Amino acid sequence: MAILTAPIQALAAVWSMVVGLRVTVTNFFRPQETIHYPRQEVPPSHLDSFRGHIELVGADEDPAKARCIGCGLCAELCPSFCLKVVAEELPVDSAVCYPSQAGTDLLMPTPKFRAAPPSQTQPRKLLSYHLVYHTCSLCGLCVQNCPAGSLRFSHDVYLAGASRGRFEFDLMERLRGQAARGGAKGGKAHA
Amino acid sequence: MNGSLLTSVAPELLRLGIGLLALVGFIAANGMLLLYVERKVAGHVQRRPGPFEVGPHGLLQAFADAGKLVGKQLATPAGADGLLFWAAPLMAFMPVPLMFIAIPFGENLFGLETNLGLVLILSFAGFNVLALCLAGWGSNNKWSLLGAARAVSQAVAYEIPLLLSVLAVALMCGSLDLRQLASSQGGWPWQWNVAVQPLAFFIYFVCAVAETNRAPFDLAEAESELTAGVHTEYSGMGNGIFFLAEYANMIVVGCVATALFLGGAQGPFAPGPWWFLAKMYLLVTLVIFMRWTYPRVRFDQLLNLNWRWLMPLALVNLLATAFAVKLAG
Ligand code: SF4
Ligand code: SF4
Repeated sequence: MAILTAPIQALAAVWSMVVGLRVTVTNFFRPQETIHYPRQEVPPSHLDSFRGHIELVGADEDPAKARCIGCGLCAELCPSFCLKVVAEELPVDSAVCYPSQAGTDLLMPTPKFRAAPPSQTQPRKLLSYHLVYHTCSLCGLCVQNCPAGSLRFSHDVYLAGASRGRFEFDLMERLRGQAARGGAKGGKAHA
Repeated sequence: MNGSLLTSVAPELLRLGIGLLALVGFIAANGMLLLYVERKVAGHVQRRPGPFEVGPHGLLQAFADAGKLVGKQLATPAGADGLLFWAAPLMAFMPVPLMFIAIPFGENLFGLETNLGLVLILSFAGFNVLALCLAGWGSNNKWSLLGAARAVSQAVAYEIPLLLSVLAVALMCGSLDLRQLASSQGGWPWQWNVAVQPLAFFIYFVCAVAETNRAPFDLAEAESELTAGVHTEYSGMGNGIFFLAEYANMIVVGCVATALFLGGAQGPFAPGPWWFLAKMYLLVTLVIFMRWTYPRVRFDQLLNLNWRWLMPLALVNLLATAFAVKLAG
């Protein structure tokens, strides 16, 4: 029977090629999945998992103001140094350093100027928040670790620009613009 | 007046000249058409539109591409052998119109009357290897050289079963004249040679795809391993001519298969060139679909397939045919 196995295997292989051809031919006749960009755009409902550049989330009571408490954790964590947070200085005695936190999580370095955990913190007023997007690796550390839930990925799929300046964002200003257009309440993030 | 002189002196020559001219036009038009079809097939198989922006449904894309290719600088790489390097694309393309002249597109639609049409085509088809070999050698580039080495061993291997399978049909019909081979078949599919010689057709088709260096046998190009293989160093129209030759070779292969196995211009109801073209384009479409279906074979698989399967099968087929012909005659 050994003499028969080789031809049978060969025939099976030939048949598998027919099957493969059938797959491509059926796909050929099925509707397309792509969007013809300038004429059509991806519906926002399909963008929930899209990671655009990060943006600030507006506070519930005032969408033009970020939820940010100015702790600086995001800027401290960012591996690419693309965030620049400037917050109001607190009086020295209220800026507590929590030694117990140092070294508890080796993966997460304890930031140097973190004021306090959010539950006990005294929020600092955010003065400016800048993002240099061309070095951002979209790792998401900032979004994951923001204690105030003030960061998220924007859903700006069509971001494009001809100069570097186009990718440097003043996120506070952007938030104010979004609030003026009425689209920046927590949860929704369509640029 | 000149024309009448010519017709009286050498009608055959005139016919040949007109035929060649028409065929070059046919090849160029088909090159563009197939380029478009290829990209559309690739697109739709992958559930995307393919070329879409230039002209309605991207119909003018091939013209835009041709314009771009013609407009590009022809660069000769440093250290390359200029003569060989530029002879290669010419050598890839020049035999192509010559292969077409023997193809009977219809009862009276052919470029040259010859009773050795099959031999003519098969011998000129061998030039393609030489062109790839020159391109690889002349480029002074290791990828090109590797591609050329592959092309040569592949072509040498696949030429043999290809010839054997074609020979079986020639033996059966007792002729090497493509017109006679085509017209000896009937109009309906079961009267075609493919019904008598399915194995020969299969072997011919596989070998032909390999001979034209089309995927899944495009080892000479193998962009994921060899950048673009023998084409690596070619810019602009140098590359364009190679592509044109590739598409033209695909058509030749389709034409020969049509004439030998699929009844040529014979067809149900109304025989004529349209049947020939329809069958030829069907085969070419199949080849295009194959490119977007099968992954490239490994080199050892390629040679194994040839030496261990196609070659013995073609030999057995030829012997059986010879036996049957002797018995019947
Ligand atoms: S996503 Fe990562 S790289 Fe980008 S700003 Fe946030 S922490 Fe930095
Ligand atoms: S981690 Fe959040 S709260 Fe802290 S500075 Fe960054 S955005 Fe503001």
